[in-house]
Amino acid sequence: MMHRLPSHAMNKPARGSLLGIEHLEDKEILGLLKLARRMNPLKARPLLRNKRIVLLFYEASTRTRSSFEIAAKSLGAITTLIQSSGSSIEKGESLLDTGYTLRAVGADAIVIRHPAAGAPHLMAQHLDIPVINAGDGMHEHPSQALLDAFTILKHKKSLKGLQIAIIGDIYHSRVTRSNCHLLTRFGAKITLCGPPEFVPDVAATLSPGLRVTRHIEEALRGADVIMLLRLQKERLAGQKIRLQDYIARYQMTSARVKLARRDAIVMHPGPIIRGLELTAEVADGPQSMIIDEVHNGVPTRMAILARALGKAK
Amino acid sequence: MGNDKSKTGSLLIKGGHLIDPAAKINAPMDVLLRDGRVAEIALPNNIRGGADGKFDARGLIVAPGFSDLHVHLREPGQGYKETIATGTAAAAAGGFTSVCIMPNTAPVVDNAEWVAWLRHPERAAVVNVFPIGAATLNSRGAALTDFAALQRAGAVAVTDDGRPILDDEIMRAALRLGAELNLPVVQHAEDTRLTENASMHEGPTSFRLGLRGMSAAAEASIVDRDVTLAQQIRESRLHVAHLSTSDALKAVRRGKRGKARVSCEVTPHHFTLLDQDVGEYNTNFKMNPPLRSAADREAILVALADGTVDAIATDHAPHATHEKQVEFERAAFGITGLETALALAITKLHREHKIPLTRIVELFTAGPARVFDLRSRGSLARGNFADVTIFDPKKRWTFEAGKSRSLSHNTPFDGWQFTGKVVATILSGKIVYRAD
Repeated sequence: MMHRLPSHAMNKPARGSLLGIEHLEDKEILGLLKLARRMNPLKARPLLRNKRIVLLFYEASTRTRSSFEIAAKSLGAITTLIQSSGSSIEKGESLLDTGYTLRAVGADAIVIRHPAAGAPHLMAQHLDIPVINAGDGMHEHPSQALLDAFTILKHKKSLKGLQIAIIGDIYHSRVTRSNCHLLTRFGAKITLCGPPEFVPDVAATLSPGLRVTRHIEEALRGADVIMLLRLQKERLAGQKIRLQDYIARYQMTSARVKLARRDAIVMHPGPIIRGLELTAEVADGPQSMIIDEVHNGVPTRMAILARALGKAK
Repeated sequence: MGNDKSKTGSLLIKGGHLIDPAAKINAPMDVLLRDGRVAEIALPNNIRGGADGKFDARGLIVAPGFSDLHVHLREPGQGYKETIATGTAAAAAGGFTSVCIMPNTAPVVDNAEWVAWLRHPERAAVVNVFPIGAATLNSRGAALTDFAALQRAGAVAVTDDGRPILDDEIMRAALRLGAELNLPVVQHAEDTRLTENASMHEGPTSFRLGLRGMSAAAEASIVDRDVTLAQQIRESRLHVAHLSTSDALKAVRRGKRGKARVSCEVTPHHFTLLDQDVGEYNTNFKMNPPLRSAADREAILVALADGTVDAIATDHAPHATHEKQVEFERAAFGITGLETALALAITKLHREHKIPLTRIVELFTAGPARVFDLRSRGSLARGNFADVTIFDPKKRWTFEAGKSRSLSHNTPFDGWQFTGKVVATILSGKIVYRAD
């Protein structure tokens, strides 16, 4: 059997691929959220029995990797983890050759995390199996946006009209890009907040319903949802940021949480750095949904995998 | 290269419409080529006596052979991307009779020996090859090369293309030495301190795709500085390679108004495409300088029409498939361009933006010949080299990258439908390319 396509071929991604939120249709997003609500890792049906799912991780991950793995296993799939260290990637194998190899050993789907934006797209254009983006560079992290929407909808009736403040390192954040695409699509209003080096003005062009402010009070006033982000020092590429200034102006404290609506929820895609973008009191406070998000990652990713392998009914 | 072969016989190009901007000719004319030179230009049917061969150019435009100021032919060292033989074959198919080739090879062409090597008949060039020497040793930007030796060996300019000459003092010294020798210094204008790890134009598209962007300012600030230096150094000659931004154009205009010897070139992809055309990480839309904003392209179109731009240059930059079929951020910068340049100019500039054909021909002929002093070229005045490009401005065709004469197929224009096609390319009186 020849799975390998001619080297110049550029094809549409296989059905069931999830490369980003931006080009995902509304009904697919709603379908995934609906399916996620029906998924229970403790009482899962073996929808993906004998399916082989490869987790291909070129970047460190705790939450995303473990929840994709648990999601896959809950559905009865076999999983294999490939990391850049300890594989042929270390020897200089190209991304596409790695993809062809995994396809040849029988992978039915590939979940990929990669430091380069667009890496999952490249793979999807050359493979005939679903490719699921588990985070590509600064581009998108669609499963996180879906689980964030899932989490919000457990606490809020609808996304329409919600005021959402996203605070922190937006420039480097693939989570924010995916969240902006998803949440504004369904009528949420988002305020992006942070210093110019983290929140360039161009960020407001990402989708309709976005605005940028440098003032945290302005971002928080009337907010239904507060989303915090870690400063991605590994992607700073030489930029210097004065942490004390950042903490003074943008750290989420209990006092600042009070500026938002009383029923506001606090979210963070993790990993969190206590004492930097938020205080321990906020992280562990009653409005914090940080652990819920992690928890909701499993059913959301079960839904993504079931859809990927055509078992979404 | 063949221009000095004395006896190549004679060729009469009959029935065509001659556009020779340098000679201010835009009229039906017959052209007689003899012994590698232009022997006679005359009104139709007014050339008497026989010729060894005739070319029926009815319905076609006859123009001086095109010159491309900016081509990467990859030899020495990277023959898997392109060779002088394959690259010049692609040039001939694109209507170019002269190509000026960039020194960022492996090794860098930073001495006279390599310049001579590039010009050696064993390279099997199909058209004229004019090497450009490196401006600094190994193009590291630290110490100037021996400009005089490079020039004696045949270099027509110096550059560190692929990289900028960043240091103020080195650039000043390069322009000074260039002024003494009447040698143009070609700048790849990119403040690389501002473009680290960047892979496309900085703007809404780069933000959306999560790619680090190269700001327009990173180009404009270098051009601005260089124009200021060129104004300060008498007789210096600054040529801005692959200019891509509106702000850089402003600096060039400032220089030209102030009578500095400043020139610039623009590529077909920059007057055709936009940053957003990168789509979903298509690496055939990745080059340096990157595709820019709509406002930048608009400014370039104005400057092409009003004479600010001196030449269309392709920045033909072939790369092997394995260097392009990788993550966008890791992919090599550059696209091929020799075989699509005229078609893009006619399709976009002439038909869409109504720039006259005479101006387009000027941008391929007299303009570039003047920038690098390609003597006795760029015009079909009697006695000049018999380098001629004949094209059909109305011919519709589809470009297929797979049929390219280049060794590499990294083009964004595969499958594009064009109007305007090269019919024949004549070098020193001999047909070196003829369309099927």
